[in-house]
Amino acid sequence: MKITFALNGRETTWEIEPVETLLEALRRHGLTGVKQGCDTASCGVCTVLLDGKPVPSCAVPAARVDGHAVLTVEGVPEKARAVGEALAAEGADQCGYCAPGLVMSLVAMEQEPGPPDEDKIASYLAGNLCRCSGYASQSRAIKKYLGGKP
Amino acid sequence: MNEVGKSLPKIDGVGLAMGRPAFTDDLAPREALVVRALRSPHPFARLKSIDTAAAEAMPGVACVLTWKDVPRIAVTRAGQGHPEPSPRDRFILDEYVRHVGDEVAVVAADTAATAAAALDVLAVEYEVLDPVLDFEQADGHASVLHPEPEAHENFPIGFEPQRNIASAYEMHVGDVDKVVAESEVVVRRTYYTQAQQHVALEPMVCATWLDLHGRLNVVTSTQTPWHVRRIMARALDMPVSEIRVNKPRIGGGFGGKQMIHGELLCGLVTRRTGKAAKMVYSRREVFTATNTRHPMRMEITLAAHPDGRLRAIDMQALSDTGAYGEHALTVFMVAGAKTLPLYNKVEAVRFGGKTVYTNHAPGGAYRGYGAIQGNYALESALAELADELDLDPVELRRLNMIAEGETSPIFAIMGEGTEGVAQTIDSCKLPECIDRGMELIGWNDKFPRREAGPDRVRGVGMALAMQGSGIPAIDMAAATLKLNDFGSFNLLIGATDLGTGSDTILAQIAAEALGVATDIIKVYSSDTDRTPFDTGAYASSTTYVSGHAVRKAAEKMKAELIAEGAAMLGCDPQAAVFDGREVRGPGGAISLEDLSTRLLYSRNQKQLCTTGSHLCEKSPPPYMAAFAEVEVDLGTGKVDLIDYVAVVDCGQAINPNLARVQVEGGLVQGIGMALTEDVRYGKRGALLTRDMMTYKIPARQDVPRITVELVDSHEPSGPFGAKSVGEIGIDTPPAVIANAVFNATGVRVRDLPLTPEKVLMALRRTQES
Repeated sequence: MKITFALNGRETTWEIEPVETLLEALRRHGLTGVKQGCDTASCGVCTVLLDGKPVPSCAVPAARVDGHAVLTVEGVPEKARAVGEALAAEGADQCGYCAPGLVMSLVAMEQEPGPPDEDKIASYLAGNLCRCSGYASQSRAIKKYLGGKP
Repeated sequence: MNEVGKSLPKIDGVGLAMGRPAFTDDLAPREALVVRALRSPHPFARLKSIDTAAAEAMPGVACVLTWKDVPRIAVTRAGQGHPEPSPRDRFILDEYVRHVGDEVAVVAADTAATAAAALDVLAVEYEVLDPVLDFEQADGHASVLHPEPEAHENFPIGFEPQRNIASAYEMHVGDVDKVVAESEVVVRRTYYTQAQQHVALEPMVCATWLDLHGRLNVVTSTQTPWHVRRIMARALDMPVSEIRVNKPRIGGGFGGKQMIHGELLCGLVTRRTGKAAKMVYSRREVFTATNTRHPMRMEITLAAHPDGRLRAIDMQALSDTGAYGEHALTVFMVAGAKTLPLYNKVEAVRFGGKTVYTNHAPGGAYRGYGAIQGNYALESALAELADELDLDPVELRRLNMIAEGETSPIFAIMGEGTEGVAQTIDSCKLPECIDRGMELIGWNDKFPRREAGPDRVRGVGMALAMQGSGIPAIDMAAATLKLNDFGSFNLLIGATDLGTGSDTILAQIAAEALGVATDIIKVYSSDTDRTPFDTGAYASSTTYVSGHAVRKAAEKMKAELIAEGAAMLGCDPQAAVFDGREVRGPGGAISLEDLSTRLLYSRNQKQLCTTGSHLCEKSPPPYMAAFAEVEVDLGTGKVDLIDYVAVVDCGQAINPNLARVQVEGGLVQGIGMALTEDVRYGKRGALLTRDMMTYKIPARQDVPRITVELVDSHEPSGPFGAKSVGEIGIDTPPAVIANAVFNATGVRVRDLPLTPEKVLMALRRTQES
């Protein structure tokens, strides 16, 4: 079946399998920033924004995005670079497999009005698991990233 | 030092955050066949028949393979050196399946949907056998997992398959029974540790294809490219020279990717079809069909003088290796070898037991590698002894722990699978680690407990830990440094960065030894065709072993730069120096940029290329003192971790940020093992914890305040004073948290994890008695 949607701001038409997840369709089309992790919407490495809201793309049927807007890490290179630099400055990047999903959750959070407080950071990032860093260094990096922004 | 000791950013971090293609599945050929395995629903069965006709007839199916299609060559998928200390008890596919999730058959198709449909129409007739599901009943069970005549040990490891014994080991120093009988204080306890899953966020994944020469190319998420190549060659019955293995970025390993996973099936499909193939594990397959930490039963006897001086330690263990003996012996030995030397002043010490087969998912390497099991038992038992003697547990450690300038006979007796190597401890800052840790946690104010509200109580606990730095006299690594025009270098290393930052810290070591800035060292790693050899990323070896190889290559390069620079300048090399920017002689100087460019294009032309290789001769342990405060809800038994403090002696940290994050990440995995992570099976052998909703790893909000500090230390035998840091972080949480719960409540849970249910039941039992 065919779907037409806005992918990273560009109108896109894809031929997809009816059973395909958004994760599978994105990866099949070469968007390598979206990762497969858990298959059960538990780990956050496949996070993309669907109409501005963070969703686990492993739990979204590709057909569902017809007529909607999908933003992946490939669509926010400047943000991804800035978050990546902040993570690297703290040694928090480690294997890097969870980083693009973390970037997308941060992008979603920053669209909310008002400055992010601890609670908002905790709730937005709760679903982004990391098995390498133990989170402490990520928290240090994210605080610096949010604090250092204009 | 200029480059070592700096917290430089990891060289790959930004590209990974941007999602650039870097991992195996990103790099697999787009046209690759999708390889899927049919997995056993039974814990133990013989395959009476497999009807593949319907699957083979499906359009898009490239091949269907069963045990009848594979060479009958026994291998181990452990991913260890040659010859492996694990039994060769596996085939690419076998007539028997030995755990739920074991491979029955393999299908390759043009799409994932076709592959899944083909699996659905495979008709298998199973002869279901009586499984061995209790590891304490495995020895002598009527069912024998490995009766096949081809299964064998490569050298004596105590392999007795007819008794379901994968390996056995015994050692002793002095007469433990006599010392125990004579001792005034004796503590005997039994502890159980559970299976733990690595849960690297990137699942196991590999891809294979034939290049224009017909050679089998493999890109795979592995910690051990050379072992993958060697074991694939054996299993597929082809020469090592016809295989190239490359590890790109990998999404976490923690030991789980030391083992061989889809590579054999994928390689087989490519050999059969001539087509590219890839195999991406689902998370469910990661849980059911890869490896776990070996569950163990540890029986400990401590004998002591009334003043707390230890006289004897006896540790007798039983380990469950599941269906296959991957790392059966070596994980077992490390449970003693990397815990018992902490207390080296005993008159007698004994360690032994066996590792048995059961019809569970196989055990394997997992960060800590036995040391975490041993640490939980030994450090819990010491806390129980301290309580019996009414001694502060910190004082009990201080009285008995190893110190700089000392040794333990265990270093010489116990290696990994073989004898060990004698060593004297040249760096051990445990006294400093303990003092600083006590200060950070507030031990003197908080020990043992304080009320924290109605029905809530807080307590503190502590433990020490040691690990090693590589496997002495076995782990070998090499590095090549190549000079480029305009003054940059390629550092080619076999070492395998699994997200730890080893590519970065090895570049720092090269830069330090050369005297240049790290950013002119361009790293390429882990490719069996294009980089020199390395045994792989395991046993906390990379900084200590691969680091030395890099240092040696860089020192040779520096000498060659000086010689060539002096020749250009027309001076005696003895009179020339290289300061990182230029070679200077008495009469002038030439910049690195000019020198390197002239060497390739215009004068005295040659390629400067140096190689260093290193075999580690000792394995200096990193040390840690760890402390935690917990709050226990007496009404529910729930344990909340409040604060965790770890002070580490890892020698000179090459990159302090990365070293610290290694410890922080290790601690959180250890906290998971202590509190929530538990691989559980149903009564009939099916895995109950087969996704991330039923198997609970720590999330952001589960993690307490964690404070990690590295003390000043210098290991004389290490590259620029470094020891390892990759594993030690995971070792302490089970013991520390169990000890804190005891100090808070008086309840001792000797069976991991410390779930609310177990703590509550123990509290109830105490109240009733």
